[in-house]
Amino acid sequence: MAEAVFNLGFDGVAVVADDGREVSYADLKQMTEEWAAKVPPRSLVFLLVGNNLDSLVAYVACLNHGIVPLMLDAKIDGQLLQRFIEIYRPDFIWRPSSEGYVLEEGLRTSDFRHPALFEDLALLLTTSGSTGSPKLVRQSYKNIKANTASIVEYLRLDSTERPITTLPMNYTYGLSIVNSHLTVGATILLTEKSIMQREFWNFFTEQGTTSFGGVPYTYEMLDKLMFFRRKLPSLRTMTQAGGKILPTLHQKFAEYAKREGKNFVVMYGQCEATARMSYLPPERALDKVGSMGIAIPGGRFSLIDVDGRAINEPDITGELVYDGANVTLGYAECADDLSKGDERHGRLVTGDMARRDTDGFYYIVGRKKRFLKIFGNRVNLDETERLIKGAFPDLDCACGGIDDKMKIFITDETQVQSIRDFVAEKTHLNFTAFDVRPIVSIPKNESGKTLYSELPIS
Amino acid sequence: MTNIEKYTQAFVNAFGVDAESAKALKYQDIPAWDSVGHMGLIAQLEEQFGIMMEPDDIVDLSSFEKGKDILATKYGVEF
Repeated sequence: MAEAVFNLGFDGVAVVADDGREVSYADLKQMTEEWAAKVPPRSLVFLLVGNNLDSLVAYVACLNHGIVPLMLDAKIDGQLLQRFIEIYRPDFIWRPSSEGYVLEEGLRTSDFRHPALFEDLALLLTTSGSTGSPKLVRQSYKNIKANTASIVEYLRLDSTERPITTLPMNYTYGLSIVNSHLTVGATILLTEKSIMQREFWNFFTEQGTTSFGGVPYTYEMLDKLMFFRRKLPSLRTMTQAGGKILPTLHQKFAEYAKREGKNFVVMYGQCEATARMSYLPPERALDKVGSMGIAIPGGRFSLIDVDGRAINEPDITGELVYDGANVTLGYAECADDLSKGDERHGRLVTGDMARRDTDGFYYIVGRKKRFLKIFGNRVNLDETERLIKGAFPDLDCACGGIDDKMKIFITDETQVQSIRDFVAEKTHLNFTAFDVRPIVSIPKNESGKTLYSELPIS
Repeated sequence: MTNIEKYTQAFVNAFGVDAESAKALKYQDIPAWDSVGHMGLIAQLEEQFGIMMEPDDIVDLSSFEKGKDILATKYGVEF
């Protein structure tokens, strides 16, 4: 059996929850052992999580006892959950109920069980979590340990850190914050409140928060909240990932950090690389605005041209390739895939287009695939089109746009509101991200393919 | 439009709800009122009343009722 991911042998407090509960590392060890005693090793468990103690305990229990969790948002759409259950056949489901969290039996009859899980498979995460694609990323114990060690090194984390949760635990960036801080014996401040709520800031201040992470939209909100005027003496580090931040905001936060003696760390990653692939060292934040930095310790970037040949000259755009021990095993699209081994062998062709400057710093310039990042969540444009066409068979549609603002063109002007609501509900994202526009017809070529370049996007 | 109509309209626009259900709303009651929706609501209120809200007031605005108090006491909006 795989050895435990987290060594919980620290003195001190592991978790403070915003309901007032404090859990020491010794308590956490005991709680996770009790949890794991109910679930046999190499079981598949769906964890329906929020930023609360029950979710954290179950997650740590799974990773320390050879139990493989699929992390899902506790607010997941019922239909979508059912689809995941039918496809992957979990042994158990850990979910919130009116009486607190409960461990339910999953689909576990003898002739309807998932196949034996690959021995190094540790964790499953959804790729987008939104459009309902049942595609999962398979992460190994080695992946998690390697990526966590890199993060601890470049962020120079130690047991005095007190990160506050601003991102969900079923989201790879949020989870990487949990992983890296539990590894060094730090104290995680758990809250489900958002930065737009008074309770969040009270908890932040009372608990002496030292760091938080945010997607680009988080930083837009902080800017609106005139974050720079706040006195936050305990704060040491702000990290940013989940999409490219506007250079103007990057500049603003980097200047604030410099002025106040704090660190602003821009990073880049993907679920397919466990979490992180790059970071911009905070001391370079101001002279490399717009850059996502350099490869994390233990990783290596390269750029390739359309024929797959390495680009060695600076300032030429190519597809970004990453090599490192945190490159995940591969995807799963059905239960049988859970027994598959490593399909990537440490190399990830990212699908992102990037360039490298003469100092070796990387800049993301675009994407090869058709997806947007909306509030840090990957939303596939083709999948969104399929979803809409499936639910509204009498109209035609095409999706495009930019990060945080998807444009959805439809051929039935009476359905604008319904489609906006439908997409918001299915993606679990705020409806304001979707701009639905009626159009007479969707431009197509002779073979019926949508001509996205001819859509009136701007 | 009266001030209360303008105020209610800001919620209707920000969250895509009807005027009646807007009046009972609290933060996170509906999926649309999350942090993103909150930003939209603040933008609507600032536009409707021609004001710039202070950060403290933005994070205190936790319900329809609370928002009315804040606008009345801090921004001189009479309801």
